[in-house]
Amino acid sequence: MRGWAPLVLLAVLTGSATFAEETAIGIGDPARGERLFQQSCGSCHQVGDGATHGTDEGAGPHLNNIFDRKIAQFADFSYSEGINRARRDGMVWNLGNLDAYLTNPKLLVSGTNMNFRGMEDAGDRGDVLAFLRQFSSSPQDIPEAAPTALKQEVVLGPEVLSIVGDPDYGEYLAAECTTCHRRDGDYQGIPAITGWYEEDFVLAMHAYKRQIRPHPVMQMMAGRLSDEEIAALATYFAALE
Amino acid sequence: MKFNRRGFIGTGMAATAVVGAPMLMAEGKPRVVVVGGGAGGATAARYIARDSKGAIDVTLVEPSRSYYTCFFSNLYIGGFREMASLAHSYGKLASETGVNVVHDWAIGIDRDARTATLAGGAVLPYDRLVLSPGIDFVEDAVPGWDIRQQNRMPHAYKAGSQTELLKAQIEAMPQGGTFAMVAPPNPFRCPPGPYERVSMVAHLLKEKNPTAKILIADPKNSFSKMALFQEAWGRYYDGMIDWIGPDFGGGDVSVNAEDMTLTIDGEVTKVDVCNVIPAMKAGRICALAGITEGNWAPVIGHTMQSRIDQNIHVLGDASAQGDMPKSGFAANSQAKVAAMAIRGALTGSKVFPAKFSNTCWSLLATEDGVKVGATYEATDEKIAKVDGFVSQTGENTEMRRATYEESLGWYAGITSDIFG
Ligand SMILES: Cc1cc2nc3c(=O)[nH]c(=O)nc-3n(C[C@H](O)[C@H](O)[C@H](O)COP(=O)(O)OP(=O)(O)OC[C@H]3O[C@@H](n4cnc5c(N)ncnc54)[C@H](O)[C@@H]3O)c2cc1C
Ligand code: HEC
Ligand code: HEC
Repeated sequence: MRGWAPLVLLAVLTGSATFAEETAIGIGDPARGERLFQQSCGSCHQVGDGATHGTDEGAGPHLNNIFDRKIAQFADFSYSEGINRARRDGMVWNLGNLDAYLTNPKLLVSGTNMNFRGMEDAGDRGDVLAFLRQFSSSPQDIPEAAPTALKQEVVLGPEVLSIVGDPDYGEYLAAECTTCHRRDGDYQGIPAITGWYEEDFVLAMHAYKRQIRPHPVMQMMAGRLSDEEIAALATYFAALE
Repeated sequence: MKFNRRGFIGTGMAATAVVGAPMLMAEGKPRVVVVGGGAGGATAARYIARDSKGAIDVTLVEPSRSYYTCFFSNLYIGGFREMASLAHSYGKLASETGVNVVHDWAIGIDRDARTATLAGGAVLPYDRLVLSPGIDFVEDAVPGWDIRQQNRMPHAYKAGSQTELLKAQIEAMPQGGTFAMVAPPNPFRCPPGPYERVSMVAHLLKEKNPTAKILIADPKNSFSKMALFQEAWGRYYDGMIDWIGPDFGGGDVSVNAEDMTLTIDGEVTKVDVCNVIPAMKAGRICALAGITEGNWAPVIGHTMQSRIDQNIHVLGDASAQGDMPKSGFAANSQAKVAAMAIRGALTGSKVFPAKFSNTCWSLLATEDGVKVGATYEATDEKIAKVDGFVSQTGENTEMRRATYEESLGWYAGITSDIFG
């Protein structure tokens, strides 16, 4: 395992998939969120009146109207291939996937250009999102959420991330994947999945499984895999060059 | 290390030979004979040989030296693909995994003796036999048509020269002429195939012969991805395509290849090209082996074993398995389950529960791709659908382009999974 987080939080939505909060207050504390935004995001992102895309190396697009905005929608900003793919898949920002992206950007977007380690604390993320929510269109422009559709945290903790995959099982399961993903890791229209860090692989698969990442094929493929099966696949593909 | 591609009896597989050890002889090892080097058979041969690491002797019997994929052959008709890009040879199967490739026809199976007889006279003993011969056409399915007319009225449902012939005929149509298709009844190879073909023919005609007409006589009330195809036909090829379903006599057709006429519900139409896709059945080696019921060979979903003879596994189009469509993706998926079961039975390797999946892409027009897919599991009764999805009407052009690009990725993926 590389880098930081001992455990990774995955946000999931219960109930309706199109989701938004009636009020910013329901998400968190916008005033505290403003301070956190300045600390954690402000060096790369602008928001509010007159906000523009960052021009410094590694900076991001402005975040006005981010709720209910198409992911990676600006033609005048140069996004990564991974986030562009999510746009082509039809993804729209909502509380659930924003929370996932802030938890760990690569959970949602492999190879994202957002060089940010993630915000571990759910309360912090809620506060930042409450702050950003104020710069999105008025609530009536956003599909109303069912009251039950509140964000829930599901812990993808060490017990999931540390499952040791059975390599024989991985070999068999992987056969189903290599119909589309080339074993030699060549990209010809479907992304390469060989030689990844196992943890990144596990995260990506869980994000499809829980339908945080879009894409019907991968949601279906991951949807029926157990935690053990995902671990076996991660081990198997990590070893392929 | 060198493998002998042509010889079969007694050819040692050197793949696992250790320095100094005597070369293992085939006689000592379990033997698998695979008939048919298409999507199902070549995958099975490759996976059994590769994953058993030389412990199983695998012979693949396939008459052609080049396999032309039916998948993407419609794109050739539409002008999006070269014919050469659809050809795959068996060299890597032999050189990378040690499969013994024999270019010949299987003409008989002796189930008691457990041997396959080839047209060239060879008799191959097997412990397990895999049959993946694809389809043949039901005789007299379309009155007036039989295989001798396939040059006048091509089916182009086995790819290669038939596909080239059909395209050449379309290109030679007089301005304002008529292309007719006789669509097959269920079940048949590639459920969206005829309708993707119509889209590609329309695309070609729109460029070269915009006043031409397309007539489809169909015995079915509905077909795969119907709403998506109809939306596209309205959008791109408005007024060109006339689909005649069974309510209007689409199921009551006959042809005359001499006069180039198609008769629908008693009404005779003169046509310029007639693409007859007759009703289908399992490749005839299945019937010769005595493992068919009706037109197809029933199998047990857990292992793809024939329900009639458990030493035989039937893959792909030829099998009657349950809910999976007859597609290259499905044949490839079934082959992996069979390969695992065969290795388990012959060498005691681990066996896991069978899982299957399928996705079929279709191209509607330039960079406008759609898809349908599902996952499946084996029950005692059949292969049963678990979950699925289908593209939606009204999707934006960016998503459709991404779907098309994905299909290119899939083609590159599956062909390397099948042939190496
Ligand atoms: C126009 C068209 C478009 C299609 N598009 C798609 C698509 O986009 N996606 C998809 O997944 N599928 C598609 N398909 C379906 C796909 O081609 C078939 O389902 C698939 O090839 C079936 O695999 P198979 O192994 O059963 O048979 P095949 O691939 O047909 O292989 C059978 C092989 O067996 C050999 N053979 C037959 N009899 C004998 C014998 N007696 N001895 C030795 N060898 C023998 C034949 O020469 C042949 O090579 C399409 C089909 C068509 C016609
Ligand atoms: C080091 C610079 C950096 C930091 C820090 C950073 N971002 Fe980003 N952000 C980016 C870049 C670059 C992108 C574009 C991502 C890509 O192309 O993959 C991005 C993209 C985004 C997007 C998607 C924008 C779109 O158009 O779809 C959101 C939302 C976002 N960031 C929110 C945040 C928030 C909230 C924080 C603080 C918690 C933050 N970012 C911190 C650089 C940064
Ligand atoms: C039918 C084709 C198909 C099959 C089968 C398939 N995938 Fe995918 N996979 C895709 C496509 C297309 C994408 C890109 C999805 C997207 O846009 O998010 C993808 C994306 C992925 C990603 C994320 C890649 C990235 O760069 O973010 C992973 C990981 C992955 N697949 C793993 C698997 C595994 C493991 C299996 C087998 C259990 C599998 N896939 C089976 C088509 C397929």
